[in-house]
Amino acid sequence: MTMMLNIVPDRCTGCMHCELACSWVQTGTFQPSRSLIRVNVFDEEASYAPFTCLQCDEAWCMNACPVNAIDVDGDSGAKIVSESLCIGCHLCTIACPFGTVYTLPLTDTASKCNLCGGQPACEAACPTAAIEFVDADQGGDWLEPWAETVNSKYVAASG
Amino acid sequence: MGGWTGKLLRVDMTAGTAVPEDIPQEWMEEYVGGRGLADRYLYEEMDPTVDPLSPENVLIFATGPLTGTCAPCGSRYMVITKGALTNCITTSNSGGFWGPELKFAGYDLVMITGASPTPKYLFVYDDRVELRDAAHLWGKTVGETEDGLREELGIPGLRTCCIGPAGENLVKFACIMNDKHRAAGRSGVGTVMGSKGLKAIAVRGTGGVEVSDGDAFMKALWDMRGEMIVNPTYEAFGMFGTASTIDLTQAFGGLPTRNFQQGQFEHAENLNGNTIRDTRLTTNKACFACTIACGRVCELGEHSDKFLVNTHPKNWKQAGEGPEYEAAWALGADTGVGDLDAVLKANWLCNDLGMDPISMGSTLASAMELYQEGRVTDEHVEMPLEFGSAEALVRMTEATAYREGFGDDLAEGAKLMGEKWDNPDVFMGVKGQEFPAYDPRGFVGMGVAYATCNRGACHLRAWTPGFETSESTPHTTDGKSEWVVHEQHRSTVHDSTGLCLFTGFAGGTLETFVPLVAAATGVDYTLDDLVTIGERTWNLERLWNLKAGLTMADDNLPKRLLSEPHTEGPSAGVTVDLDAMLPVYYRERGWDEAGVPTEEKLVELGLASM
Repeated sequence: MTMMLNIVPDRCTGCMHCELACSWVQTGTFQPSRSLIRVNVFDEEASYAPFTCLQCDEAWCMNACPVNAIDVDGDSGAKIVSESLCIGCHLCTIACPFGTVYTLPLTDTASKCNLCGGQPACEAACPTAAIEFVDADQGGDWLEPWAETVNSKYVAASG
Repeated sequence: MGGWTGKLLRVDMTAGTAVPEDIPQEWMEEYVGGRGLADRYLYEEMDPTVDPLSPENVLIFATGPLTGTCAPCGSRYMVITKGALTNCITTSNSGGFWGPELKFAGYDLVMITGASPTPKYLFVYDDRVELRDAAHLWGKTVGETEDGLREELGIPGLRTCCIGPAGENLVKFACIMNDKHRAAGRSGVGTVMGSKGLKAIAVRGTGGVEVSDGDAFMKALWDMRGEMIVNPTYEAFGMFGTASTIDLTQAFGGLPTRNFQQGQFEHAENLNGNTIRDTRLTTNKACFACTIACGRVCELGEHSDKFLVNTHPKNWKQAGEGPEYEAAWALGADTGVGDLDAVLKANWLCNDLGMDPISMGSTLASAMELYQEGRVTDEHVEMPLEFGSAEALVRMTEATAYREGFGDDLAEGAKLMGEKWDNPDVFMGVKGQEFPAYDPRGFVGMGVAYATCNRGACHLRAWTPGFETSESTPHTTDGKSEWVVHEQHRSTVHDSTGLCLFTGFAGGTLETFVPLVAAATGVDYTLDDLVTIGERTWNLERLWNLKAGLTMADDNLPKRLLSEPHTEGPSAGVTVDLDAMLPVYYRERGWDEAGVPTEEKLVELGLASM
């Protein structure tokens, strides 16, 4: 089964608990600059949404990697970077259409969401259930209706 | 060591230098951080008798050990200085995202000394610290300043605190604003920042906040969140924001109306949490690590063309954040204005121009009373200052920030304005600071809380209405002083740890976060230790104020509250018997009859050398 983090933007209040939880898992400190989930803030729209790896079926990061350092976790379906294999070429960060592969500051190797081995810390930390951990087949496609709503606002505004 | 970074950034505006230094470990342990630690520095670094707008005043930005962690609502920083409005110590608190960013950059405290002849802003990017020219930002509103710095510096994740035109123009109740809508609001901390020629502090930090015992910290975190999520206030704050408090104060005749001439407002329903939610709310907004999200983002939408003034924000349709309860009261009930759109607009202007909406509304209400009395007449003002005039509310708010016309009088605060117009009794406040939104004739305990607060009239040091409407009764004096003393210590701990005071109202009491502070810092703090730290801090502030020249005569209330009861409503006939409460308060504190801490008390608190 492939699992994914399903985002419900309307519930997000922008508190950054997901970033804090993620960075805690990564570094053992509270360090949003190291979080693999990022809260996007659209001030003028009064809209906030965390965003992280969608665990694409056809993962471009994985296809782009020249040394096969990104592999699929058998249980969760998460695409996982092997730090020992990664050579720090950054190709995966460029290949990802969503900008959710990052590089680590000290080693310059790739880093991305690995779904915390099946128990995502960000989902547990979110106080408003804006992040749900779901079967990718059922969770998908949340972007489309959301994009439509946002777009319709702009269309109406320019209208 | 965790929680603390252990670093202070010392900025000398006169010399143009910014240098980090270590904070003494024993000070961190004795005061926890935030307000307490900054108080300790203020005591050390400056003469309390100096003019607050002189270069000799010291301005400190202080985070606590839980600021920047995932502790619920661990977003807070405090600004400690000699208040421009009050001439005594002030400790203004703000949330948002700026405080945590300062921690990520590696600093607990920033201390500003001296004054620069030309406008500057402080740029902090981890270890890189520079004082830079801010001539191009001077005169800009808060929104323009923040957007301008973000564009100019091009650093993702940059957070800014700044002053608006009000701070530059030395309006006595100017705020320091961060994240556009969050304010270290009261007592004129923004005025002090303006006097130093410091427009903004732009911060980006990429480091992390460590905690001493991670497992214990995470366990304590989930225990605290568990307490909060089942608390009814937790849900109510999220649903209706703080403006739901209007229903409580209105019901008890404690909603000050028309400069405290009445205790209930006939249009209160126009301004309460339900109305805001039903008619203007776009969404909730949380501060950093906040699980409550009481912040309101409101939109004026089709109503945006009402009450147009000269200041045109970029997106006029969106009113931005607020109003919170205090602003809705001060700009609404206290001025007699029942039009929510006017209140929203005035609140927006206060945020964008960098002014405290409590003092703004209260001072305008005092001016409206002067107008009602006929002391201020149409020849002195550009428009009639009648109670209830929405046009006057919005326009005079703008005029105050720019000191235009009668706005120049308003900009001095109600106390000085009342003295100038020969009626000091229109000033409703203590120690130069206008009251917030609770009439002590409706909640008598607020009388002693206001009179004794170290930073002048304030509701955040001991909020009695909850206690008075449940465990006690609102119109009696018994037990009020003791409760206020107790609560003042506890709220001081909140301010020193970096947690929002609202966690305490929403189930996250001091008891629940003692283990968080201990796990973060690695210091084996108990509940008693922290309460003692609260008391030590309170006494240190008192000593500072006494050195500044304050006496027990400053622990007083305006005549109106002491001798002029309301004639109607649930609080009719009640006056505040401060003479009954104040001696009990001093005794409970271990102070002498003149309100001076006794030698014995100082020894007990480890303050004997002070």
